[in-house]
Formats: sequence, C-alpha cells, structure tokens
Amino acid sequence: MGVDIGGTFTDIVLETGRAGTAGQFSTKVLTSYGAPEDAILAGMMQVCEAAGCAPDAIDQVIHGTTLATNALIERRGAKTALITTQGFRDVIEMRTESRFEQYDLNLVLPEPLLPRQQRYTLAERVDAHGQVLLPLDPAEVEALADRLIKAGYESIAIGLIHGYANPVHERMIADILAQKMHGVMLSLSSEVSPQMREYERFNTTVANAYIKPQMKSYLGRLKDRFAENGMTGTIFLMHSGGGIISLEDAADFPVRLVESGPAGGAIFAADIASRHGLDKVLSFDMGGTTAKICLIRDGQPKTARVFEVARSYRFKKGSGMPISIPVIDMVEIGAGGGSLAYVDAMNQIRVGPESAGSAPGPACYGRGGVRPAVTDADLVMGKLDPDNFAGGSFALQTQTASDALNTHIGGPLNIDAQMAAFGVAEMVDENMANAARVHAVENGEDLADYTMIAFGGAAPLHAGRICEKLGVERLIIPPSAGVGSAVGFLRAPFGFEATRSVYMRLSDFDGESVKSLFAALEEEARAFVRSCDAHADIISHCRAYMRYVGQGWEIPVPLSPAQISEPRADAYKAAFEAQYANLFGRPVDGMDVEITIWSVNAQTPKMASDTLDALGDQTQAKASGERALFDAGLGTAAQAKIYPRADLTAGQVLDGPAIIVEDETTIIVPASRSAICLADGCIAVTRKGEGA
Amino acid sequence: MNKAASSVQHQVMWNRLISIVEEQAQALIRTAFSTSVREAGDLSAGVYDRAGNMLAQAVTGTPGHVNAMAAAVAHFIRRIGYDNMHEGDVYITNDPWEGTGHLHDITIVSPSFHGGALIGFFACTAHVVDIGGIGFTADANSVYEEGLYIPIMKFADKGAVNQMLVAMVRANVREPDQVVGDIYALATCNEIGHKRLIEMMHEFALADLEDISAFILSNSRSATLVKINALKPGKASGEMVIDGYDRPITLRATVAIEKDQILCDFAGSSPVDAKGINVPMVYTEAYACYALKCAIAPDIPNNAASLAPFVITAPIGCIVNAPHPAPVALRHVIGHMLPDTVYGALDQILPDTVPAEGAGTLCNFQLSLRPRQDKALTNHGPNNSGQRAEVLTFNSGGAGARPTLDGMNATAFPSGVMTMPVEATEHAGPVIIWRKELRMDSGGAGKYRGGLGQYMDVAPAQGHECDFSAMFDRVDHPARGRHNGGNGAPTTIALDDGTKLKGKGKQPVGAEHIVRLGFPGGGGYGNPKQRDSQLVKRDLARGYISEQAARDDYGLSDADIAAVADMIARGEAV
Repeated sequence: MGVDIGGTFTDIVLETGRAGTAGQFSTKVLTSYGAPEDAILAGMMQVCEAAGCAPDAIDQVIHGTTLATNALIERRGAKTALITTQGFRDVIEMRTESRFEQYDLNLVLPEPLLPRQQRYTLAERVDAHGQVLLPLDPAEVEALADRLIKAGYESIAIGLIHGYANPVHERMIADILAQKMHGVMLSLSSEVSPQMREYERFNTTVANAYIKPQMKSYLGRLKDRFAENGMTGTIFLMHSGGGIISLEDAADFPVRLVESGPAGGAIFAADIASRHGLDKVLSFDMGGTTAKICLIRDGQPKTARVFEVARSYRFKKGSGMPISIPVIDMVEIGAGGGSLAYVDAMNQIRVGPESAGSAPGPACYGRGGVRPAVTDADLVMGKLDPDNFAGGSFALQTQTASDALNTHIGGPLNIDAQMAAFGVAEMVDENMANAARVHAVENGEDLADYTMIAFGGAAPLHAGRICEKLGVERLIIPPSAGVGSAVGFLRAPFGFEATRSVYMRLSDFDGESVKSLFAALEEEARAFVRSCDAHADIISHCRAYMRYVGQGWEIPVPLSPAQISEPRADAYKAAFEAQYANLFGRPVDGMDVEITIWSVNAQTPKMASDTLDALGDQTQAKASGERALFDAGLGTAAQAKIYPRADLTAGQVLDGPAIIVEDETTIIVPASRSAICLADGCIAVTRKGEGA
Repeated sequence: MNKAASSVQHQVMWNRLISIVEEQAQALIRTAFSTSVREAGDLSAGVYDRAGNMLAQAVTGTPGHVNAMAAAVAHFIRRIGYDNMHEGDVYITNDPWEGTGHLHDITIVSPSFHGGALIGFFACTAHVVDIGGIGFTADANSVYEEGLYIPIMKFADKGAVNQMLVAMVRANVREPDQVVGDIYALATCNEIGHKRLIEMMHEFALADLEDISAFILSNSRSATLVKINALKPGKASGEMVIDGYDRPITLRATVAIEKDQILCDFAGSSPVDAKGINVPMVYTEAYACYALKCAIAPDIPNNAASLAPFVITAPIGCIVNAPHPAPVALRHVIGHMLPDTVYGALDQILPDTVPAEGAGTLCNFQLSLRPRQDKALTNHGPNNSGQRAEVLTFNSGGAGARPTLDGMNATAFPSGVMTMPVEATEHAGPVIIWRKELRMDSGGAGKYRGGLGQYMDVAPAQGHECDFSAMFDRVDHPARGRHNGGNGAPTTIALDDGTKLKGKGKQPVGAEHIVRLGFPGGGGYGNPKQRDSQLVKRDLARGYISEQAARDDYGLSDADIAAVADMIARGEAV
C-alpha cells in the first residue's frame, strides 16, 4: 500500500498481485492535520474494502509525506537549541549576506528557524583538514548542559565548523548531553549532512532537530494505529532522494523526508519511462498551486545534493532555506490550476505564485472568487467542460470566469475574455517551458529528443501546449495520474545515499584514502538498505563531485567499479573532463582538478517493469461529441472532438484538436498533435505524422 | 493570427528574451573561474536589437553593470562598424570608459545573424581574476599601471580566434589559464543565448527583432513614465563625506524630478583622486540609476527604454566622472556609496521612501599568505606545509533602516553579492577565520533600527604570515541615521595586540597575529524613543543590542530588562 500525505489530500493506493498488473485500488481522503494517521486509516479501510481484503493482508506500507516540509514552512517544530563553534553563532541567520531580490528596498529576509538566544556556542575549533586547533573542554559542555536543561529544550542540533571533516567534538558534546539530558533528541551535523559549507549543513541539522520530536511521535503513533487495526506489515518511508528507508531511520533523520511526495511522483514517471523503454524523459507534475519538473535519464531521476524549502518571496530562489541532503532534482514553479493572474505595470500578464486555493477557489467555482485563476482561463478556452468537472461533482460557472478575466485582464489590455484566457494560459505554459529549458541547460541536456510524462490534476490540460513550445515530440499521460506519487512509492527501491566532504586535488591524489573513503560510505549506505531488507542484492553507484581548482560549482561525476577498486588520478580526470565537456561544451586545458564531495548510493535493484503488450491494428476512436476549443498553437478557436478516456481501447487513435475527458482531469490534444491509446492505458500524444 | 493574439505572442516573446538572458548568465556563473563571478555574481548578460538598444538584461549580483551594459554595445557598433560584422565574429574590450568601469571587467559582444542578416547582439561582462599591472588594488597612480588595456576589437573574426590577442593576454596576466578560460566562457554564454534566440525566431516565424523590440521599448517607456509622472516634481541636493583613500571624499548629488524624466547630477563632488578609487561615468550612471529605479520603478525590467528617463550627469574631472587615464581599479568603493548619496537628496522630495545610510561599500579584503619568513617552519600540519595563496573574501556590513522596517543585518546593499562559506575559504588557503558573527550595538538606534554589522577575526594559519589588503570605508565616517535615527557603528580594524591598521591598502600581518575587524552598521530611522518596546525586548533577547543600549537609547526599564534575561534563561523566543 502506498500512502502519500499531501497538503489537501491523502492518497492511498493498494496493489494486489504482481506490481502494476493485477489489482490497483486507490482513494483520496482529505488530509487530517491534527492526526494525519486518521486519514490514512480511513483510506486504508476504503481500499481494503474495494479490494475485498482485510488490513492484515497488507505486506508492506510505503509512506511519503509533506508533513516534514509543512512543519518547516509553518514553523511548527519542537523547542530546539543549536550548539555551535564560538564565533559562529549567526551562521544560520547571516545566510549568504545577500538579497534574493535586487530591486525591493523593503525586502524582508526570512527569519532563521531558531532565534539567536536559542543558539549557544562552545570554545573549540577543528581546521579544514580535520585537525583540532582548539580542544573542547568537557567542563564547558557540562555547564552548557545545565543551562539547556533549565531552558527545557526537547531537541538539540550540534553543528561545529569543519565538523564534517572531524566529528570528534560533535560526538563529545553528544555523549555528554545524552548522559545529562535524558530523553533529549540530538542531531549532529556530521551525521545529518556531512558536507562542507557551514550555512547549508547547520541549517539542515537544525531543520532535522526542529522536526524530529514531532515526526518521531507521529511515526510511532502511525505504527501503533496500524497494528491496532490489524495491519502488521512492515512500514517504510519514502525519502527525498527517491529511495525507501526504514521507519526507525526515518525517525532519526526526518529531514530526509522533506519533499518525499514529489520524489514519489518522479519515481512514478521513471517507472513508466522504463516500461515504455524511454531513456530520456521530462516529468511534469502540475497540481493546484505548484508545478514540478524533473529530468529522468535511463529510468533514473536526476539527483542533487542541496535544495531549498519554504521559499518566502514569490517562490524566488534564495528566499527559502537550504537543505543539503541527497534529493531528486526538481524545479518547482509557483503556478498551478488555482494560481491567480493579473496585469502588471508593464501591461504584461502575470500568473502566480498567489493561489486561489480551495476557498474561495477560482472564480468559476462560484464560491466568491472574483480574480481569474488558471482554471478560469482553461474553462473559457473550452478546455474544461463546465458540467463535467471533477466527475460532475459540481458545475463550473463560465460566466463568472469570463467576468473575472474581463475585469482583471481583458479590460486593462483592451482584449476580450477569450483572448485574455489565451494570454493567461500562454503565460503559464511559457513559464513552465522556460523553467524546463533552463533546467535542461543546467544539466547539459537538449529537450528535443525527450518525451514528457505528465501527471497531476492540471498537467494534462497544459502539457500538450508546453510540448509544442519545447519542441518535445511525444507526451505520455498515464492512468492514475491523480495519485501518481503514491503509485510511485510502490515502485521505489530500498535505497540510501551517503555523502561526505573530503577535499582532494588530483595533483595530490591519494588512491588509498579514496578507496577507504568509498568503503566507509558504502558501508554506511548499505546499512540503511540492510535494515529494510536483509537479503536483497544491493547495487552501489559511486560519484565524486569535481571542479577545476578556482571554480565554485562542482559537477557530479559517476565512477565505474574499476575507478572505485583501483582509483587513479588520470582516470578521474578523464571522467571529469568528459562530463564537463557534456555540460559546458569544452574542457579547459592546463587546470588542476579538485574533488570536494564523495557519494555512494546503495539500492536494491529496481523492480522489473512490465513490458507492454504489442499494439494491434490502429483504429479510429469514436467521439462522443464536440465543442469549441481555443487552440493556442493556431491562435484561434476550432471545433474539437470529445472522447471519454474510459471508452478508449489499446490501439485507438484520434487527431487534435481533441479533448479526452476523465473524472480527475482532461487531456487536451492540440491541433498539431494526434493521440493513441497504448496497451497499458497510457495516452501518447505525438506530433501529427510522427506516429506513436 | 489577429492583432489581439499577436499581442499575446509579443508578451510571450518578451518573457522568452528575459529567460534567454537569465540562461546566458547562468551558463557564465557555472563556468567562470573568477571568484567574484561565480560566488558573488559579479557579471551581467543582455540581448540587444540591431541598433544596439538593450532589450533584456539578466538580474545578477551587481547593479554596477546596469547602464554600462546598456551603453556598451553602441560603442562596439561605432568602433567595429556594421560593414565589418560577420557571422562567427566575437568582439572584446575591457576599456573602463566604454565597458564597465575598470580593466578587470571583460565585456564580450557577439553579433546574432539570422538568415544571413544581422538581427541583434548578445553581450556579457565578467570580472576576471587578474589583468596584470599592479593587481586589484587602489594603489596605482594611473590606469596604465592597472594592467592590460584591450580596446574594442575582434576576439574572433568569422569564427577564427585572434591568437595574437590570446598570446598578449597570456603574457600579461598572472593567471593566464583562468583569464583565457573566462574569456572563452563569456563567448560561450553568448553562443548559448544566440542559439535560444534563433529557436525563438523559428518558433514565431520572425525574420528580425524590430517588431518585438518596438513592443518592449514602447511598453517599458510608457510604464516608466507613468511611475515618474505620478511623483511630485521637485529638486533637492544631498551630500555625504566618506573616508576615501588617504583624504576624505565629498559626494554630492542633486536630484530633480521633472515631467517624463528624473535628473541626477553630481556637481560639487570631490575632484579625481590620486589613487585608484575613481569612477568612470558609466559606473556612476549605473549605481545612481539603480538607486533611483529601486525607489521609483523597481518592477520594470532593465532595457534601453526603461533606463532612458533616468538622466545621470557629473562634471568631467570629478571623482565620479573620472576621465582617462585616471586610476579606476577600485571604482566600486565609491560607486557603492552613490545610492546613499542619491537617497540623501531623494528623501527631501519623496518622504517615507528611501532608507537611512548603510554600510554601502562591501567589506572586502584579500590575504596574500606565505610561510612565515622570520623563522623556520615548525609543527605545521601535514597538508598545510608552506603554502602560498591569495584569498579574497566578500563581506557585508549592516544596511540602513527603512521608513517602516529595520535595516537588514550583515546584508549587502547596493551590491547584491554573496559571501563565501568560511569552510570554503579555509580550503582555499592557509587562513583561519576565528569569528564571523553579528556585531552587537552596531545598528544605529531608531524607531527602526539600522542593520547590524559583523565581527570577523582573521589570522594566517600556523606557520604562515600574510599581507592584508584592506578595502574598507566608514572608519571615520559612519552611516548616518535619518529623521532622528542614530548613526551606525564605524568600521574598526586592528591587530590582536591593539595595533591599529588602515582602512585601505596592503599591510603586513606577522605569524601568530589575528586581525580583528568590526564592520559597520546601518543608520537608524526615526526617533529611538518611539520604537515599539516589544521590538526593543526582542533585540535585547537576541543580543542585537546590549542592556545598556536598551536602557540608554530606547528607555527600556530595569524590570523589563530583567524579564528579558529570565526569558532567555528559559529558552523562550520574545
């Protein structure tokens, strides 16, 4: 059973029999914030009933959640202190000493997770090479412990300068505190995020400490409630890197759960990519308030080692806080179906990140919303059927949507509601396309030979147009797109990535140290996997983050088994330069190369994806009706045929402009494209004349 | 396609151009060698129409390139000539007066051809690690001493790189691989922009940029004029005195808000200085214009038309319009002070808009580290033996308080650069940073408090000594508060034995010494006695202010002070 707690809904997917085939039963339950386990239990009962089985038939629960992210965004954490090196009390407050918005004189910087009086210091110092410059005095730690006890902290983060290089002082502090402060929860920077760069490491450690008591208690309760209700299978947690860890490890390192829901979405797309034999995929997940884009190569989502949560200023880069843990690399754009549109001082249409949410919602919901949202534009363009939205659960009001568009967009720009709707949709799609383009460039990829896999409620409405803009020839919209993340959890391998900062120049390469470093990392990563499965095969992928001496950006360089067992400087240099040339065009002659971060990702083999049955003869799909649809590529309205998705069978084809309707969403096939229903129920949308 | 639909398309294309230049800038950040580019964002990138009008510019770490970039391409067109431009060409300069203000900035311009016709240009600028001459310091007496001077010329002609120029650059700079690497990175980032532009031309079936250029420029111009014409016309002057190199410098700005334009003139400022802190006019325009745009039209993107209504002037021969061959290497030291100068005038015309004075100039320093010369090395670490290294760091003091907000602590303004992680700096050379934290009581008192400066303690690692190259201001002239707000704390600089050091210039630091630095705070805004007492308590709890300041500056009672101490002991937020 896959369980994804999202901001609005908790998605539950139960699979019986062989993965991806036999039975799949899913439900959406409103997230119960006070006790999130309630919604899970309710959902479990629903899917069990649908599947005709009892909870005790469930072998495994794989769980991802936005609870950790929300606790950070909403600042609802435990009473937490930070202990750090004397002279560095303000690292998490001073950030990068820069402004993320250059032109705003009234900029407000985000507050650190802990105010200054909750940050304590000790006289001690380790240097960049891990040597102790100033020894730590245990008596000083004891004295500090007394103050911390008096203040009544529940959780304590320990982050010392160069703690990643030598954790001796961090461990001394932890030992003393553990003895003196019974029950206090500790998070060490050398364990949570052993990477160079103190701001990112300290912030990650503080975040871990801040959410640890709450997450630990939640996970404990969840386990108990499952047991009370007869579910005795093993519970695992999805982490942000796209792998699965044990409930106990998750409780110790809850910061690893941040963004685990979206990670599940990327795994979902990766599984479909493998099933369809696609080696280059752009996953596009668009919901009510945000959209996420991820590159998937050879069935593996791209990963990164740092990301930003809780952006406080219009989703602007730099306005959140950095979390340095291995993570699936996603671009998040502050625009979804509920995002509001307006006209700015330049007479340019702008969309998001402000969202209408579910109350009042877009104007067309008729719940008092007067400002136009993306959904209003979709409705006015004919993409949505007002009488058949969300399975017909409530009718959309086209007139209200038109009025909102007229008042806020059409009026100022002197265009009609239809053109205003076109403008709003174009700006959203353009923003998505731009984000995808920039992300691809940053990863040295050209999107022209990529396939897009789109899921999430709003994605199928927009994906076709975005593909036109990106020159992406092929788009796949899978079934169960509405609960994609939870399905993805069921496809994820057991896996954990261990990283460490150790600084080494290739001119000063020490093969023996490299060997023992990789061995240590491998042992650490494998231990996490072993705690989930004692017997499965484990595959390790090793990487070094390298750059030319003098540069500031490392690039990840995958290393072969031979480069791990017999590390040689020339082989590392060749691997780096090949990767560098791929990203930036050409290597640079005559420069020394340095390695800053080392990583080992250990995981069980990915579950074999089912192969697809061959498609029989193609036949024309039968339309159930037609309506006017504004086609953005043509820049004008056209009659579009309507096809219920439930009626489509494998091998049926149809030409755009067309509308494929289902309960959870609507697929728009632009005039430039045609669509085919594949053997597994996926809809492939391709450029006309290209075939499936 | 009808007219309305094509107007939507114009909007899409404008957005696309902005995305293209951001992509161009990102490519440069990721491949550049120069610390100031990759860590601090000291670069810019832009796209231009055929006539040389800037259509879009990436928002990067430095406002210093705002107008300089806008003007640069016109110089290239004039000097190279349309007849002499071909596909595959790349042009180069580091002319401080036709580029971006000092020899360390290399500007690369690449013409864009589509269907055989010239349709526009891409330009980008980056600060390179070295340009030869005396090095990155204020100590030169003329630009001739400051390094290699590359007039506008072709770096590549129809795709063939000018190897003679490459050889000249290599022979004249201290880090030839990195500098030449950066020049190639600049050329590559223009290529990336060009490629994306051509894709856009195909997608929208455009033959040239003329229509979209007209759309962008007319919308930008009218939006800017709406903002300007909504202001009350008026004229005022402001003056600020700062430390300078070895004598105080007066900066004076007169701002006039008129119909359809804002004039800003620097008459009355000090004459050209003997040392390299002089500012070419392009750089003065950039920072003055940046200051005005922040206050008046912050949300309008930079392009030729949105910048045009801001008219910046200064008499030739004053420090902010220094003619060739004045030394200009550290023009940023004065340039960063121009927004505060402009705001001194603007505050009299537009009340409740601009902040109090802040730290202004970044608090940067460079260490030239070497093994100690006075005695043989003993007891140094195995990885640390006898290293020589140049270590440059960027740091910020406090920003000025705003009309309704405190100043930002240890945050750069007007520069937008980032600091480097201490751990990364200590990997770059044998240096130990013992302290880098907020400086209590350094923010000027006020109803809204000035931003705090910071303390830094810096020392050569064991067995090493160094030269400490200081680039500080506000030692003798702290940031002034506004409307009864107090001044920020001044810069302090001394050795651990109490020996005072100078705010500017290279000074030796012996082994086993620590340089103790206090970076300045921002000025306060409004009367401190009117400050919300909850905020005073919060500041006291956080240690932003001392008990004494809480009592003397803000009038907090002894009972309240004791209550705050209790809350701290209980680990409570205030």
